[in-house]
Amino acid sequence: MNPAFLAAEAGSSTARTLTITLFLVFVAATLAITIWASRQTKTATDFYAGGRSFSGFQNGMAIGGDYMSAASFLGIAGLIALYGYDGFLYSIGFLVAWLVALLLVAELLRNSGKYTMADVLAFRMRQRPVRTAAAVSTITVSIFYLIAQMVGAGALVALLLGIRPGTTFLGMDADAAKVATIILVGALMIVYVTVGGMKGTTYVQIVKAFLLMSGAALMTVLVLAKFNFNLSSLLGAAADQSGKGEAFLQPGLYYGVEVANNATQTFYNKVDLFSLGIALVLGTAGLPHILIRFYTVPTARAARRSVLWAIGIIGTFYLFTLALGFGAAALVGGDAIREQNAAGNTAAPQLAEQLGIDFLGGDTGGAVLLAVIAAVAFATILAVVAGLTLASSSSLAHDFYANVIKRGETSEKQEVNVARIAAFAIGAISIVLALFAQSLNVAFLVALAFAVAASGNLPAILYSLFWKRFNTSGAVWAIYGGLLSAVVLVFFSPVVSGRPNSMFPDADWQWFPLSNPGIISIPFGFLCGWIGTMLSKESDEEKYAELEVRSLTGAGAH
Amino acid sequence: MTAAFFLWYALYVIMSAYARGFMDTKVVGHINVALVFGLLQFVSTFLIAWLYSRFAARQVDPLADKIAHEIAEKGDTA
Repeated sequence: MNPAFLAAEAGSSTARTLTITLFLVFVAATLAITIWASRQTKTATDFYAGGRSFSGFQNGMAIGGDYMSAASFLGIAGLIALYGYDGFLYSIGFLVAWLVALLLVAELLRNSGKYTMADVLAFRMRQRPVRTAAAVSTITVSIFYLIAQMVGAGALVALLLGIRPGTTFLGMDADAAKVATIILVGALMIVYVTVGGMKGTTYVQIVKAFLLMSGAALMTVLVLAKFNFNLSSLLGAAADQSGKGEAFLQPGLYYGVEVANNATQTFYNKVDLFSLGIALVLGTAGLPHILIRFYTVPTARAARRSVLWAIGIIGTFYLFTLALGFGAAALVGGDAIREQNAAGNTAAPQLAEQLGIDFLGGDTGGAVLLAVIAAVAFATILAVVAGLTLASSSSLAHDFYANVIKRGETSEKQEVNVARIAAFAIGAISIVLALFAQSLNVAFLVALAFAVAASGNLPAILYSLFWKRFNTSGAVWAIYGGLLSAVVLVFFSPVVSGRPNSMFPDADWQWFPLSNPGIISIPFGFLCGWIGTMLSKESDEEKYAELEVRSLTGAGAH
Repeated sequence: MTAAFFLWYALYVIMSAYARGFMDTKVVGHINVALVFGLLQFVSTFLIAWLYSRFAARQVDPLADKIAHEIAEKGDTA
């Protein structure tokens, strides 16, 4: 039977109720944890850095939970299911990126800062301009990422609750249900952050990471079992079902597409592929919500251990996505997936349903497994969204309010209260923006966030840690230059206008040919940092020497 | 080491774009070079992470601890 039809049938009763029930159980449990955590949150260090009380393993799980978002679970599985091999590129880029964090950033950052990325940047610079720039960049990256997750949540709920156009659920049609979900997710994330701070959100991340890994592992085992644990026959079945034969298993169906008779477009497509690859691998070490995680452990060595654990967890997960994506292609089929969601975002849950039917028995079995995986997907979105909100509200409060506006003259209590208010404001803004952005492609938004992070944040961080001559002017130029170039180039790219699947399909102001600006904006960020530095005579070698010693040895670390 | 893994990754991406003939070659059954190459990126990532942790524990940590100790003793954590 056509899984799409089954989803509608099953979704209209069992799966729907089950999904809601499981999701509510998760919410109740995590709210309880959050309230418990709030009792232990007394100081600013508690709120921003969880009291620096987490172990390497706990933090590694939390990092995994923060990193493996809907884009990873739903997005990559969908891309592989629809386009085959090219989806795997995301998995690889997302993983290899962690080596940049491990080798260059994690420990040095932990030793040089207190709560946020800006602490390190502002160490040997003039505080106010650098912290302002850092706060702007942090909030920009986070909001793009936030919108992507919440749009994903809205789309997921409408489809998984089996709401077809014309039908209603609790009196809401599909659009109203999406709006309600976005608001619900936004409200929950505000609660998690304002009540629980870093302690609460970290525990939520850990729980979610455990659920996600278990769910994905289960599905992987079931998929492989269906093919007698023979990877080659899984791939063969996927290739057959796709209707594209062996080409499905080869690069080129989505990225770097070779256009006959159009050498220019072919060239652009290949460069776009490279641009995406660069943005992915350099973006992670510049993501503010990941960077603040390094501060939640007592020492730099613990930060190193966290990243090592995270690499293991995240790497294993991305290996699972291979099975999930090709499994969906083989067992559900591209057509059925596209029918539910043209971008493929529901491939993973659809696969779960099919596996449930095959292994647990009948429609009920399908409904059960669908509900479990759908609840896990919601948990995933919720946890990531909480982490992003915490990072941006921390930056607003600690970097901007405390240091720029109040010039360091606030009490801890005041600062934390501002952080809570900021969380509320950022949550509200994201909800509103997400409501307007519902037609957007989730994966593109996340890749854009990566490009902005890699262009605006990474050059400043690396220069700060490794370049003696770097100064305030350089930092400000680097951040704003990278940030603006990335955002402007995306605005004029096919993502926003000029194509049928753009944000504004009827408009056309596109002149930048690539869908990811990384290959231009990232070097530009580094260049701006260099120019800005050279234009100013400011130079503090003593401070740099101090930073070097602190960052490498841990002396004087918070 | 950073430059090395970066170049290795860049090689992978560039070959995915341009060396399709090579990447399409089958190795075992339906498994082709592209997939093997991709999986090797996983292996290399785990390997490099592991090597780094050993290098850091053996070479960097004792040195860093020694200096941090000296600084603490001098009472000079400026």
